[in-house]
Amino acid sequence: MQLLANVLIDGLAYGMVLFIIAVGLSVTLGLMRFVNLAHGAFAMIGGYAAALLTREASWSFWIAVPVAVAGTAALGALIEALVLRHLYRRTELEQVLFTIGLSFFLIALTNALAGPQVQLIVLPPLLAQSVDLGFRTLPAQRLLVIAAGLLVAAAAAWTVTRTRFGIWLRAAVDHPDTAATLGIPIRTVQCASFAAGAALAGLGGVLGAELMPLEPYYALKYLVLVLVVVAVGGMGSLPGSLLAAVSLGIVETASKYLASDWGGLFFFLAMAVLLAWRPNGLLKR
Amino acid sequence: MSTDSSAPRVAPAWRAPLLVLAIGLIAWWALPEQLGLLTRIAITALFVLSLDLVVGIAGLATLGHAALFGAGAYAAGLFALKASGEPLLGLAVGAGAGALLALASGAFLLRYHGFTFLMLTVAVAQIAASLAQKARDWTGGDDGLSGFTMGPLLGRFAFDLEGRTAALYAIAVLALGLFVARRVVDSPFGLAVRGIHENRARMAALGTPVLRRLLAMYTLAGALAGAAGALSAQTNAIVGLDSLSFALSAEALVMLILGGAGRLHGALIGAVVFTLLHHTAASINPYHWLFIIGAALMAVVLLPPQKAWAWLRSRWGAKA
Repeated sequence: MQLLANVLIDGLAYGMVLFIIAVGLSVTLGLMRFVNLAHGAFAMIGGYAAALLTREASWSFWIAVPVAVAGTAALGALIEALVLRHLYRRTELEQVLFTIGLSFFLIALTNALAGPQVQLIVLPPLLAQSVDLGFRTLPAQRLLVIAAGLLVAAAAAWTVTRTRFGIWLRAAVDHPDTAATLGIPIRTVQCASFAAGAALAGLGGVLGAELMPLEPYYALKYLVLVLVVVAVGGMGSLPGSLLAAVSLGIVETASKYLASDWGGLFFFLAMAVLLAWRPNGLLKR
Repeated sequence: MSTDSSAPRVAPAWRAPLLVLAIGLIAWWALPEQLGLLTRIAITALFVLSLDLVVGIAGLATLGHAALFGAGAYAAGLFALKASGEPLLGLAVGAGAGALLALASGAFLLRYHGFTFLMLTVAVAQIAASLAQKARDWTGGDDGLSGFTMGPLLGRFAFDLEGRTAALYAIAVLALGLFVARRVVDSPFGLAVRGIHENRARMAALGTPVLRRLLAMYTLAGALAGAAGALSAQTNAIVGLDSLSFALSAEALVMLILGGAGRLHGALIGAVVFTLLHHTAASINPYHWLFIIGAALMAVVLLPPQKAWAWLRSRWGAKA
């Protein structure tokens, strides 16, 4: 029983990290039809910025994290506006190549600026303590991760379905020419969605630093996991991404608890089975 | 060479392999200090050639091609360790293992399209990698498979420390692989696969068994990739987990696009340029290498090689 509870709660936290990072990729990939493999690099940049601000500049965690996330968003918007928007109409393969190249470039840059060692984010006392749940103690940081994941899920669902921006986004994606004729500022919508995706990736990088250590190869190491979540969830489907992230997070955590020798095998096995069962993802948009 | 890829080629299939053999022999004779590099280039070129059959000819974008390479490498290594050190037999075992894995995974993978296919190829490669990491008794896990020695080639030419035999061996296998690929691509079967790449629905309507043709091409590519893996195992006398890594799949794809997908010589040019670039840059600093390759990748997309060549040609043409 206790083992099951442990697996569920750790898996939930892991799944939430995957979800926060994956949700932005799901939007660019599923809604904007752009294969952005540099998404992992944005998560890395967010995490590194938070680590450097809290450790080197000794900023408070609560100030450093919003600044890091905003910085990642600004970088995402800049790159989108300068280059990526020219690639929307290219083939998938070209998009893959360009964004992998961008990832390599950012990895090398991060290493040149911050060195090859693992970066630690200094946590405030509130998060560094542990919380007693009755059956086990849990780092408070993990509760924050779960809460943030739920918050992101709710906010993203609300934005896409209920707000004017969400309507614009869906219109701009499904019928760009018609949307432009109706006076919807397509370029602004695309750029803003991309920036929002980068911001979420950055947030995921910060919150997940405990589970996915920040090191120069971060951008590629965890990219595959995030892509798997997007593919299994169904591209562009927010509830699908949430479902896929949590179930895969629990599978991964369970295999770590029960069969630690087998590493990523069960994660990818689960992915292959789920995709074979539903080729377009669990919840197709 | 004509740029019209829709017309069947008339160039004889032996011409390009003979050219490769000639260039390889000249390089082997002229650069005795660089035989290791030459071997690596030949192996990489064979691997990228195999990828070209899948991506460029059949139009199946894959990010898991290293699985086939690794299967060949581990199979050849295990064969040398447990059964016999005969190189050509080991090469056949490696090619067979690659083909077998391609056949088995292809039967499952080819039912899917686009992004789902791409992700499933990644999954297959990752599953293979974690199996290899965990089956420590067989594969040596993280330490890799080593401790095997190769017998002399054809019973006469022993593998020497300078790598003279290894380089010749790799170049010869590459030329043979190129010959096979050239023959297959220009055959009616190859034309059918290229037709499927251009318009799957039309070929199906014409009565071509689409899935069977694709699976046959994928299996052939698996055999070539497996042979490349076997060569790598035999000439290095070690097989590591990196032979199954995502990075290897991605790098091969980069080389292919760099040289031009869909034309077999593009695969060779890409492999040579990339490996030389890698060798020079990585010997300075591995992270500088990432810088250069990242920039090169972005440049290749923003300024496609065909356009760059056309531009250069027009410049030269104007001057002449």
